[in-house]
Amino acid sequence: MANSFTRMISGRNTALMMAVGASTLASGYLISDNTSAAERMRTYPPSADYPDLRKHNNCMAAALTPAIYARLRDRATAHNWTLDQCIQTGVDNPGHPFIKTVGMVAGDEESYEVFAEIFDPVIKDRHNGYDPRTMKHPTDLDSSKITSGFFDERYVLSSRVRTGRSIRGLSLPPACTRSERREVERVVVTALSGLKGDLAGRYYSLGDMSQREQQQLIDEHFLFDKPVSPLLTAAGMARDWPDARGIWHNNDKNFLIWINEEDHTRIISMEKGGNMKRVFERFCKGLKQVEHLIQERGWEFMWNERLGYILTCPSNLGTGLRAGVHIRLPFLSKDPRFGKVLENLRLQKRGTGGVDTAATGDTFDISNLDRLGKSEVELVQLVIDGVNYLIECEKRLERGQDIKIPAPIPQFRK
Amino acid sequence: MESRPRPMGAQTVRYKAAPPAVCAAGELSGRRCGVWVCTVGKIGIFVSSPDNGSNRTQQGAAMPFGNTHNQMKMNYSSDQEYPDLSKHNNHMAKILTPAMYERLRSKQTPSGFTLDDVIQTGVDNPGHPFIMTVGCVAGDEETYEVFKELLDPVIEDRHGGYKPADKHKTDLNPDNLKGGDDLDPNYVLSSRVRTGRSIRGFCLPPHCSRGERRMVEKLSNEALDSLTGDLKGKYYALKNMTDAEQQQLIDDHFLFDKPVSPLLLASGMARDWPDARGIWHNDNKTFLVWVNEEDHLRVISMQKGGNMKEVFNRFCTGLTKIESLFKEKGHEFMWNEHLGYVLTCPSNLGTGLRAGVHMKLPNMSKHAKFEEVLKRLRLQKRGTGGVDTAAVGGVFDISNADRLGFSEVELVQMVVDGVKLLTEMEKRLEKGQSIDDLMPAQK
Repeated sequence: MANSFTRMISGRNTALMMAVGASTLASGYLISDNTSAAERMRTYPPSADYPDLRKHNNCMAAALTPAIYARLRDRATAHNWTLDQCIQTGVDNPGHPFIKTVGMVAGDEESYEVFAEIFDPVIKDRHNGYDPRTMKHPTDLDSSKITSGFFDERYVLSSRVRTGRSIRGLSLPPACTRSERREVERVVVTALSGLKGDLAGRYYSLGDMSQREQQQLIDEHFLFDKPVSPLLTAAGMARDWPDARGIWHNNDKNFLIWINEEDHTRIISMEKGGNMKRVFERFCKGLKQVEHLIQERGWEFMWNERLGYILTCPSNLGTGLRAGVHIRLPFLSKDPRFGKVLENLRLQKRGTGGVDTAATGDTFDISNLDRLGKSEVELVQLVIDGVNYLIECEKRLERGQDIKIPAPIPQFRK
Repeated sequence: MESRPRPMGAQTVRYKAAPPAVCAAGELSGRRCGVWVCTVGKIGIFVSSPDNGSNRTQQGAAMPFGNTHNQMKMNYSSDQEYPDLSKHNNHMAKILTPAMYERLRSKQTPSGFTLDDVIQTGVDNPGHPFIMTVGCVAGDEETYEVFKELLDPVIEDRHGGYKPADKHKTDLNPDNLKGGDDLDPNYVLSSRVRTGRSIRGFCLPPHCSRGERRMVEKLSNEALDSLTGDLKGKYYALKNMTDAEQQQLIDDHFLFDKPVSPLLLASGMARDWPDARGIWHNDNKTFLVWVNEEDHLRVISMQKGGNMKEVFNRFCTGLTKIESLFKEKGHEFMWNEHLGYVLTCPSNLGTGLRAGVHMKLPNMSKHAKFEEVLKRLRLQKRGTGGVDTAAVGGVFDISNADRLGFSEVELVQMVVDGVKLLTEMEKRLEKGQSIDDLMPAQK
């Protein structure tokens, strides 16, 4: 059964790769012209279905004009995923006056092609002017290029690098059927069981976990739970929870993989202290080994030259990488220039609970803002240089000296 | 299937297992299409296309949204797709077997609603050890036909043994109600009757497009605007409401908000909130219609005090008037002889009617036989916040437990008679007397 399935998937891979590469296939599929659908389309022209986005503040709402909607509404990808499904989360979640969310998701690799007319401007908006039509994204997982990757541990409490990977040929979490999701779990868990040495570990399925295992994973800050954010639930990612969801980690507890949460896989390398170089080394080594193990069985990750690694949310395209530290900055965080310093260094602060949490005390989660247009090595180096600069500022303020706002790192526009 | 005038925008309703209209070759300009029937009686449509890829058609589904994956899922075996229901406790999980899943999974209604769409809410919400939820919803009127094999036993289970061949009686003649104008206001604080209605030809809240939902709102507005006399009123669209209007509606206990219950959210009813949702009420504030909340329309008649007869009168008059206003424009409510009024949740089929009172039962509620009495009277208790709330200060919401298999008049009669008895019992217990001789027989 596995062999014939692999052949079927390989066939689909070929079709997808051709679809992705060749511009003539980018128009996707039109809705069937059987009587019901044709009549419904006559009764409801696209203008009748165009969402009311007047109170909305997200990237999708800023880019989706009635004309674009009209052109794309009746199309579908090979997996039958439609525009309305891509944008549902953005329609249901108008956003916040201060936070600009993306407002749309992909249901499969092909979504980014078939609905390019809306995805491309959204990507450009979110990724600071990166134009998928003309630019190429560099991938670089050679950790030997990293310099100065050891932080002063009087300030840096922990270091972490995460990314996501999707399995080519299978639909993404908003769209996947139960069997596709189970297939992702099977493919990834099989591959992970081939990891050896310091990467050897085991899998904990969310549905089958014992109370003790669950408590252990919570204590280690490894456990993820059913999403409650309406941004995620409106996109359909939480369907059939907890079927085919789980957590894998190595015995050393510094390499961790989430399966079927927001993406097919989220890969995390982390440890206490400030050895970011080692964290990134393990990250790259683990990623390469996992990729090799799935390739042995005829699978591969979703990736292309324009968009890098393909993930569910457009905000995670490219590297999908967030490299960060938990760091204590009691003086700098109270300086009014803190925000500007971070902005120019292309860094962002979050509370230590992750996105949307507030900082407790003086400890912050500091990580890269960008994901697309710069390689993994570039982004991690940017974080290392930036964090080292923040530590310098902190030390100067401790000594009563003044700090300088650094020159802004160049972007694709402005 | 008897022919009825086709409302604008409705597709032909098909109740037999005949395949939907096979597209004539001419309409498709060069695309071939065929119908295949599997050996076990499954029917599907496969549309093939020329290989240049630029104008290929989506297979099967008619709606440009929703769970349109059916044909692709057929690449996987039924076992691979079957949901894990081992920890589930709802009607759907009790009834759905792997064999049934296999037989039904290739089907879809003409608007593209699939088995997985029907059951998604039940898969996502395993239920509670004590409360038995339904675990499935309809996306359109045809759902109850196409997925009969699952929904008939669910209906039978939920509605006290109602069989697939049973007929449901509709009776909205308020003159047939005996009494009910004299429930003791010392105990009965308020009286209320609610039901739901769906407009034939439009998909239901889990599956409707924005265009359809807006059309339901528009048609409802036109009908409600034509009401006169004590039914004359005004519509408040959720998305255009001023702060003052919103506060007023909250104070009147009229305002509904975006559903937060995962049971509802998982079915897709809250999509595009608050687009095309709103509240209409008459100037007297005794007749209220919710548009596009859990159903196309929820119709509510209510007032303070114990004059259930007046509440029911207004309910019937209002509903009948609204129905005739719709018919004038060529629309009708979803209804059939077997299921009565068709609504989104199978629990609301038949009458969709919940008639109830808020009443003070501080003594009765502490009595050991309270639950037994309610059961025999075919009544249920809730807190005054509605379903899933607790009673406050000895005040309970007492209403009919049944929806299907009894007419509207019969259900309201049960409530009227039952409330009278409960009042008697409460009075006895107040005086320290026994209620044993008042114990009713099982209705």
